[in-house]
Amino acid sequence: MDGFVPLNHYLLLSATLFVIGVLGVLLRRNVIVVFMSIEIMLNAVNISLIAFDHYLNNSDGQVFSFMVMCVAAAEVSVGLAIIISMFRNKPTVNLDEFNILKW
Amino acid sequence: MLNLACLVPIFPLIGSIINGFFGLRIGKNAVGMVACGSVALSFLTVLLMFASLLFTPAEERMFEQVLFTWMAAGDFSVDFGFQIDPLSMVMMLVVTGVGFLIHVYSIGYMHEEYSYYRYFAYLNLFMFSMLLLVMGNNFLVMFIGWEGVGVCSYFLIGYYFEKKSACDAGVKAFVVNRVGDFAFLLAIMYIFNIFGTIDFSDVMHMAPEKLIFGAEPVTIITLLLFIGATGKSAQIPLYTWLPDAMEGPTPVSALIHAATMVTAGVYMVVRCSVLFEMAPLIMLTVAFIGGATALMAATIGMTQYDIKRVLAYSTVSQIGYMFLACGVGAYTAAIFHLVTHAFFKACLFLGSGSVIHGIHGEQDMRKMGGLKEHQPITYITFLISTFAIAGIFPLSGFFSKDEILYHALMDGNIILWGMGATGALLTAFYMFRLVFMTFWGESRVDPHVHPHESPKVMTLPLMILAGLATVGGLLGIPLVHGWHALHNWLEPVLHFDLAATLEHSRHMLHAQGEHPASWAHLLIETEHNVWVEIALMLLSLGIAITGIVGAYFCYVKNPDLPGKFIKGQWGYELVKNKYGVDELYDATIVKPTVVGSFFLWKTADQKGIDGGVNAVANVIGWFSVQARVFQSGFVRNYALFMVMGFLVLLILMF
Amino acid sequence: MEHIPAPAIDFISLAPALILSVFGMLVLLMDLFAGKNKNLLVFASLVGLVLAGVSAFAPKALPVVSFGGSYVVDHLSVFFTLIFVFSSALTILLSIEYNPRNGIRAGEYYALILFCTVGMILLASATDLIMIFLGIEVVSICLYVLAGIKRGDVKSNEAALKYFLLGAFATGFLVYGMTLLYGATGTTKLAGIAEVIHSGQTNSDTLLLLGTVLLIIGFGFKVASVPFHMWAPDVYEGAPSPVTAFMAVGPKAAALVAFYRVFATAIPEIGTTWDTLLMVVAVATMVIGNFGAIVQTNIKRLLAYSSISHVGYLLIAIIARNSLGGSAIAYYMMAYAFMIFGTFGIVILLGEKNSENLEIKNYAGLGVKQPAIALCMTVFMLSLGGMPPFAGFIAKFYIFGAAIKEGYVVLVVIAVLNSVVSLYYYLKIVVLMYMKDSERELELSMGPITLAVVAIAVFGTIEMGLFPDPILQLTQ
Repeated sequence: MDGFVPLNHYLLLSATLFVIGVLGVLLRRNVIVVFMSIEIMLNAVNISLIAFDHYLNNSDGQVFSFMVMCVAAAEVSVGLAIIISMFRNKPTVNLDEFNILKW
Repeated sequence: MLNLACLVPIFPLIGSIINGFFGLRIGKNAVGMVACGSVALSFLTVLLMFASLLFTPAEERMFEQVLFTWMAAGDFSVDFGFQIDPLSMVMMLVVTGVGFLIHVYSIGYMHEEYSYYRYFAYLNLFMFSMLLLVMGNNFLVMFIGWEGVGVCSYFLIGYYFEKKSACDAGVKAFVVNRVGDFAFLLAIMYIFNIFGTIDFSDVMHMAPEKLIFGAEPVTIITLLLFIGATGKSAQIPLYTWLPDAMEGPTPVSALIHAATMVTAGVYMVVRCSVLFEMAPLIMLTVAFIGGATALMAATIGMTQYDIKRVLAYSTVSQIGYMFLACGVGAYTAAIFHLVTHAFFKACLFLGSGSVIHGIHGEQDMRKMGGLKEHQPITYITFLISTFAIAGIFPLSGFFSKDEILYHALMDGNIILWGMGATGALLTAFYMFRLVFMTFWGESRVDPHVHPHESPKVMTLPLMILAGLATVGGLLGIPLVHGWHALHNWLEPVLHFDLAATLEHSRHMLHAQGEHPASWAHLLIETEHNVWVEIALMLLSLGIAITGIVGAYFCYVKNPDLPGKFIKGQWGYELVKNKYGVDELYDATIVKPTVVGSFFLWKTADQKGIDGGVNAVANVIGWFSVQARVFQSGFVRNYALFMVMGFLVLLILMF
Repeated sequence: MEHIPAPAIDFISLAPALILSVFGMLVLLMDLFAGKNKNLLVFASLVGLVLAGVSAFAPKALPVVSFGGSYVVDHLSVFFTLIFVFSSALTILLSIEYNPRNGIRAGEYYALILFCTVGMILLASATDLIMIFLGIEVVSICLYVLAGIKRGDVKSNEAALKYFLLGAFATGFLVYGMTLLYGATGTTKLAGIAEVIHSGQTNSDTLLLLGTVLLIIGFGFKVASVPFHMWAPDVYEGAPSPVTAFMAVGPKAAALVAFYRVFATAIPEIGTTWDTLLMVVAVATMVIGNFGAIVQTNIKRLLAYSSISHVGYLLIAIIARNSLGGSAIAYYMMAYAFMIFGTFGIVILLGEKNSENLEIKNYAGLGVKQPAIALCMTVFMLSLGGMPPFAGFIAKFYIFGAAIKEGYVVLVVIAVLNSVVSLYYYLKIVVLMYMKDSERELELSMGPITLAVVAIAVFGTIEMGLFPDPILQLTQ
């Protein structure tokens, strides 16, 4: 199987996904969508990790990607909880309306 | 006996703690007792130590007491310790002695104040910091004291915090001082980087071996040290805070802004004399800055009407003399003048405080006059000190100033001497202007106010200080070489072998494959020329008397003369005046000086430097507002900034 | 079937983290039965923290290596463990009176602080990128919740949301950077990375450098350095005051020590490539932090900017990348812990029944009405501004000394100038307290426990300034 798809292609895919995630954070107003964009960034990283792991022939990358997934799951639960508790006080998911704290 | 060193600063610290925490409960009398008692104990301890130092052979008069290892990391270790040698002993005597008298005086002066205890707590804390400054055995202990006196000075200047000007003055003093402190701190780090230690004795011992004469490192170190000194000692360009600092209570001005703290810069330069000796360029800078400050502050002093501001400019000017002395290598003369100045300037400030006290807080000399009948003791002590500062034989100021001028001419050059001599003339003039306007002539005091003499607790310190100002000159009787007590006393500390240092530097340069310029001219010894000194003495005596006579004509004989000068209505009528000769003299010399100094005060001082400070403050404010605009509160903006930061770093990286 | 060999684990050296995990879960359980009275939870948390602190000294010979070199307990990590335990304990003490007054009744508050402390301890001992990532995330996730623990408060919500979104965003960069570092060197162990770089067998230098830049962003966010700092003022303002104090000390110290370990032990060999970047970041951090602080009117925002500027000084120690730098960071953070907890203690003391009283102008006249508290505040402000003889001075002196030793003179000059500027706003508070009359009467909530925290902090600030040596020895 080795050599069918060169490493660079995986890295490029991963980088592209990462940039898509970053742009999503920068451009979207909906809190949930921003949140999803961040998840895309993390999963982009996972692609790189697995690619490196496979290419370098050691298992550190797999372990790392599992950890990233666990952490992402934990973040999702905490993040959604925060969004819900916020929604109770101020029923909106438009990120630009959270602007009391500034300067 | 010298082991008692650690007690000296501890007494005032204890006093400060007691007064600070229990001052309100123990009552005014007890507060005064504690404050003065603690300083008195310090003074007695210093006297004991002085005696024991006196009976040690001259070469062994160097005692280091290490209290504990302050910090140690890797190859870097600093002890918290004291260094007792002739130089620090002189300073300790002055600080505790004069400090004690001013504490006593404060009991009377501050008696009506509500927060009496707060004042004494700060004052004792100041004594503690000042003693750390002069006693520390390394740069860092000195720096702690250095910052400590700054903080205490800030609190004491802002003591009357109801007055906005007092607060502003406090902040100004603090911030301007920080600029100097910052240079000092950098100097300390640089010294540590080169020597691996910051102990005074080690650094001074190793300097001739590790540094190359006149090369870059020693020049930078001494420049930074000197900038630090200009901040604390109010020299050009960092002098503006001192006149404003007069917003504080008068005894504070006497203690901090005349006798002790402001001379710390001089002490520091003398303490590092070995380093300065190796940086001829900086020596010249020190001398010229000192001379220029002496001259400029004196001219400004002539135009002021606030009695304390005159004295403040006078202090700036006198410290200028001390730096002038340092710059020409006459360290003994600098310390000598420091000591005599502490006596007479403390007396002058306390005297002005007594005047202000006697006429209920008025500080404008135009509203004084004729006070010598009402305040005889204040008047006489004030007059003695004024003669001393003007340099009239045989009072202390005569000897010390004369020594500086002599060295300025012999070891420096004629320009430096000219600056000093002109400054001396102006000093005599404006000091007697002050005396005449305050004590002589007709009373211009508000008729509702009945001037009275101050209580004994205030006049006694005045008398003692006036006595010291009279006899202080005996420390350094010139002419006969062996007789110069202060010179002999300080000799072991100031010892510096120029020939050996140059030889060593030459070797080091050779090792680097460079060839130094000829240093032969530096080794030519100037003979002590008795006749030159006598001639200069007579000359400076003549200068002083000229100044006094000038002031007499301007302010006693013809009190409205100066007013005419300033208004510019002097031309034709003056020539007709029967004092034609004097008028001519006034017109050609005094008037340009008066106008010039008004110009200096109005533009350079108020607009130039203050404007500069304000401009800096405005720019800072503008930046701060800009920084705020970016903080828009939108999450997506923040994320954008992060990404932009990433791109910038990426560009920098590749 | 092949057996996977179990890695060597030294449980004694792990004790602080284990004890705190157990106590954290215990506190969560106890919360079910505790009802409205949280005193028991407080007590249990404090016991856990004290035990953890004591057990940090248990290992006989340092360093102790566990998990095949992923987890190393050395002098630095023991000292940082002490900082974490200490700051968490002070946070809990500050919360005792603050929380009921401000309507924070959640019992998990204490458990979260304990879990967060576990994460910090892991972070201080981690010598593997995966471990560092885990540590950072444990800390961050706890903090997201803690920032928003005042559920009914819109500000607290907003702080939590901002912190969470930006934090997760930064995590993306961080983990991407770690991945590239792993890809370039083939290992996640810091020592292994250093070895590969030393032997010149990296797979791709471009990946290595790109990874370094991404790491700077990730860590830069966690320590709040410019331009990744913008969350800090908002979150510091919105979060409850004890949590703000906590965030400014513990997690920041943990992120800094990881930052230091990665940059000074894994990739110091390519230091000449990244030190310029960090210098730019450090200078920007100091300048923006100090200048931002000058115009603030809210004490918590002011302290946030001030804390940003302090990160600028601390980055200098990382740039120096010598062992002196590591102990300088440790010393600085310990001193900073005292100063910040003291300051926030006073901020909390000044809180009134129905408002937190955070406007700086309300500090006017404190010097007359509460001389002791004003004096303490003065000590903290002067110490934060780096005035001797307080702890802040020694700490700065150390950092600058470490940098000067490596020849970063210009950087130190800028830093010292910045500390001059910083005095301006610290002094502003002192001036207000002593030299202005108050505009209105204050009804201070003088809680005895909060007062005790302030007293401890004053003692520490002065002690570490006058006798820094014992603590310095611990850091080495």
